[in-house]
Amino acid sequence: MTSATTSAVAAARGGRATRWLRRVDAKVSPYLYVTPFFAVFGVFGLFPLGYTAYISLTDRNLLDPVSRFVGLHNYALLIHDSYFWNAVENTFGIWFLSTVPQLSLALVIAHLLNTRLRARTFFRMAVLLPQVTSLVAVALIFTQMFGHDYGFVNYLLGQVGIHKVYWEAGRLSSWIALSVMVMWRWTGYNALIYLAAMQSIPEELYEAAAVDGARRWRQFVHVTVPMLRPTIIFTVIVSTIGGLQLFTEPYLFQPRASGGTGGSARQYQTIVMYLYEKFLGSTQFKFGYAAAIAWCLVLLIALFGLVNYLVVSRIRSAEP
Amino acid sequence: MNGSSTGRQRRLVAAVLAVAAATTAAWLVAGSAAAAHRDAITLTVDVFGDFGYHDLYKQYEAAHPGITIKEDSEDYAAHHTALAQHLATGAGADDIEAIEVGYIAQFAAQPQNFVDLRQYGAAELKSRYPAWKWDQAVARNGAVIGLGTDVGSLGICYRTDLFRKAGLPTDPSTLGKMWPTWSKFLAVGRTFQKKMGSRIKFIDSGSNLYNAIIGQANPAYYDASGNVIAAGNPKVKAAWNLTMRAIALGEDKGLAAFSNDWNTGFKKGTFATVTCPAWMMGYIQGQAPATKGKWNIAPVPGGGGNWGGSFLAVSKQSQHPAEAADLVKFLTSPASELYVFQHTGNLSSEIPVLKSKAVQSFRNPFFSNAPVGKIFANSALKLKPQILGPHQGDFQTAASNAIQRVEQHKQSPDASWKQFLKDVASAS
Repeated sequence: MTSATTSAVAAARGGRATRWLRRVDAKVSPYLYVTPFFAVFGVFGLFPLGYTAYISLTDRNLLDPVSRFVGLHNYALLIHDSYFWNAVENTFGIWFLSTVPQLSLALVIAHLLNTRLRARTFFRMAVLLPQVTSLVAVALIFTQMFGHDYGFVNYLLGQVGIHKVYWEAGRLSSWIALSVMVMWRWTGYNALIYLAAMQSIPEELYEAAAVDGARRWRQFVHVTVPMLRPTIIFTVIVSTIGGLQLFTEPYLFQPRASGGTGGSARQYQTIVMYLYEKFLGSTQFKFGYAAAIAWCLVLLIALFGLVNYLVVSRIRSAEP
Repeated sequence: MNGSSTGRQRRLVAAVLAVAAATTAAWLVAGSAAAAHRDAITLTVDVFGDFGYHDLYKQYEAAHPGITIKEDSEDYAAHHTALAQHLATGAGADDIEAIEVGYIAQFAAQPQNFVDLRQYGAAELKSRYPAWKWDQAVARNGAVIGLGTDVGSLGICYRTDLFRKAGLPTDPSTLGKMWPTWSKFLAVGRTFQKKMGSRIKFIDSGSNLYNAIIGQANPAYYDASGNVIAAGNPKVKAAWNLTMRAIALGEDKGLAAFSNDWNTGFKKGTFATVTCPAWMMGYIQGQAPATKGKWNIAPVPGGGGNWGGSFLAVSKQSQHPAEAADLVKFLTSPASELYVFQHTGNLSSEIPVLKSKAVQSFRNPFFSNAPVGKIFANSALKLKPQILGPHQGDFQTAASNAIQRVEQHKQSPDASWKQFLKDVASAS
């Protein structure tokens, strides 16, 4: 035998060390591969969660390093804080106005994009374009458009004889303006998610439905939507998580130097905006209180996400 | 295989070691070269908006070789929240930080974050400033955390063409005599509205009017011991009542200062007067350059006034506190402040500058050659402004919101006032 084959055979037979190393490798390396992610998550995800929970139990002020442990006092204050509940109401109102039409529209758009359109790829790309634009730029431009005296929307309304609407001042009007911003941004994204799911629906189901005499609309309701149930659940949960944390659009909707209260009567102040006002946006700098708001938001999102899941899962499943 | 592979391995190892050695040597050489330049200092200055210091930095750098100055600027609110964050986290603050009067009380309440400028000879500068300006940056333990830069001062900027159309006199001193009090100011407004109808209003914003009136009240929200006295103070209620009267008389356009509609209002002439601090001159020129020559400035009713004004502080996080303090003293020196006034419009808060011939004789061609230097300087010198407290800014916000709620027909004046008092109580 040549020396080459000798060493190859030796390796194959595996000295005890090599065998042990290979066993360890098989057992340990999967964990090593996922460690970087969990290390980063631990530092930037888990630790802040725990630290915020700890801070919410103190009366810490941002500028003052000394603080006292006050237990659940911040949460007790929060329950009696009418501005907090006002923010909750605003957040849910804006969420509802922006998410329900958005997801319905996304379904319809996905259905349309699934048909034999000309320049299909162009439309599919175009529908994602609003996602790509800068959030701040969009908010600023829409704020201009919804301006009272010189906004474009009021100009259009004036052309059809409707009186100028003071979008920023009213409660429902400000919610509508903000919902438009959110819908503009996210409808295309959700439409593409639905489209991807729709394309995996087998043609035979539609053919079978057609044979049974179902027209386009009934096919949509009885074939497409049940088959999309997991996707719809996914988009609803993601929209819930994202929508309840709405901040940038309403924050930039405020007139500059207006004090961060989300309108003169706090008509569009969301929970995160209220958190920001308490934490950084006013002279309060109430770190502990803001941390309590943050954790209440987590609980609200978890609760509402669960509610939404239960509601949407009542769509009849596609499984027989 | 064995022989050549071992040889190749050995050569590879040798190559790696050589590269490592070379890198280390180069790094050491560079390190010592850097050591030779270690006396080069970069001072960072953090401001909001435009303080007009760019030419002054060049002067200072020329006079102090080895020092480079870098400036960051953000908008007003972002600047102060970022400063609060940097102080809380213990890192990120620049050597020199600008602090506006709306926040100075908050930061002066935590003097451990800033260098006490008395260590660098600030005490000798005290006589240059009006007492109220100096005291705003003094902490309870006596530490001087900032030196005053500009003062807002106050005049009334008005559109001469609109006044002419309404049959009102356009000369500033005549107008100043016509409105020595705010009630008389509103009366002039009634004359204006009668002639001009309802499309163009006399006053831009109820909040601006209120801020001007309350700025003259002393005490206003806080008393000398730091208690909040807003609810029981008749001066606060009087300012509120005057503002409500302006709204009831239909003289108020109801805009929010710095909103899009307000900015456009300058261009389109939808309001005739604006309570005008010195820095507003630059703002109007920027927003509505086409209205040059159509503006003038009259004295403000009620004596002096103030809106704004800032300080420069040295943060404790600075690596070069001595050099930073020296730069602060340079930037706030009378010569520098005069330069800033002449080129940017921000008015100095220092008495020698306010009284100087250069300021007193300064005229602004955009504002019909009004003697803006004299008007604003005298307004600043006459002012006996109010005692500030840490939550001043929140009270101002609560007041603006309360006035806006009435302007937007969301609440009656009484209901809005009650809510204002509740907000003040919860923000205290």
